[in-house]
Amino acid sequence: MPDIQSPLPGTFYHAPSPESEPFKKAGDAVAPEDTIGLVEVMKTFIEVKAEISGTFDGFVAGNAEPVQAGDVLAKVT
Amino acid sequence: MAIKVRKPGLSTSIQDLGRPGYFHLGIPEGGAMDRAALRVANMLVGNDEGAAGLEAVFMGPELEFQEDTWVAVTGATMPILLDGEPREGWTSFPVRKGQVLSFGFLKEGARIYIAIAGGIDTPAHLGSRSTYVIGALGGLDGRPLAADDILPLGKAGDAAARQVDQALLPAASQPVELRVLPGLYWHRITEASQERFFDEEWTVAPEADRMGYRFRGGSPMEFVPREQPFGAGSDPSNIVDGCYSYGSIQVPGGTEPIVLHRDAVSGGGYFTIGAVISADMDLIGQLQPNTRVRFVKVDMETALAARKERRARLQTIRDALAAT
Repeated sequence: MPDIQSPLPGTFYHAPSPESEPFKKAGDAVAPEDTIGLVEVMKTFIEVKAEISGTFDGFVAGNAEPVQAGDVLAKVT
Repeated sequence: MAIKVRKPGLSTSIQDLGRPGYFHLGIPEGGAMDRAALRVANMLVGNDEGAAGLEAVFMGPELEFQEDTWVAVTGATMPILLDGEPREGWTSFPVRKGQVLSFGFLKEGARIYIAIAGGIDTPAHLGSRSTYVIGALGGLDGRPLAADDILPLGKAGDAAARQVDQALLPAASQPVELRVLPGLYWHRITEASQERFFDEEWTVAPEADRMGYRFRGGSPMEFVPREQPFGAGSDPSNIVDGCYSYGSIQVPGGTEPIVLHRDAVSGGGYFTIGAVISADMDLIGQLQPNTRVRFVKVDMETALAARKERRARLQTIRDALAAT
């Protein structure tokens, strides 16, 4: 099962804003250029791209949780 | 001849050792957040230690070389790839025209330093090539690197295969200990609050950047009551404006301490409880968000001894590399 990893350390978010729906839900189709979450660091939000195609399996890292570079954020099948 | 930026990374900027002498005019010293790492990277490729290199935070850039040269990467631990083949950190290696330097995921630390033989030869502003983004000064048009930028290189000196003995590099403790000299406004917080500041564990906040490193997790400061002097704001953390030093610790609202770093403002209206000693400032440049930190109280004598020891360690590396 391919993993989507965090390219950098920071705080991971599942949705573009607290009021919004998550970028992806289990069962959603994933294309390489799709944004699956945001990592916030140094007052900047960085979009995390899937970089793979498949079906979204779910988030591994929690919403608004700290992540390290290389941590698995989500799974795609 | 030059280097082409294929991907800039998160925030990669041209940095040298900075532009001292203008802080009183509000222009920070700037320069590498981990000065020793930049110095050593330059030594490895035969440059003057103050030559301009690249500082990349959390993510490496992707660079295409338009000439044969030598490169060294120091600072944070991040896999180094030349045309996809691994290269070692703290080691100079030859790069041929057309080859591409890229990086894997950050493993330890926060900032890598990339030195190229001859150094990056953008114009100096106020005596330095360092990029001060907030002031749009230095570097390439005063901004971080962007895709398709071309970085001009200076004339290479004595480049050769060199490697730093890893035993000569300082090992970081966990939690990281930052030594602090209490300062001008230390008396503004109660004795209990002073003790708590050193007893409690703090963590690096994700907002930490080149201007300042913010810490959270400890208790709010408890102020000694006073009537705010004329000209100071109403919050007890406010003072009538004062000067800030490199390393000084301000605590806006008494909640989250901020250690001012290379691109910090030179003055303002927050009280500063003290300063992180100069010997530990490079260490801060390598802290990732959420790293656990303790502040350790020291006196001036200890601070000066630490600075001397740090210089001696750098001299040992300098001597070892000069012999190769």
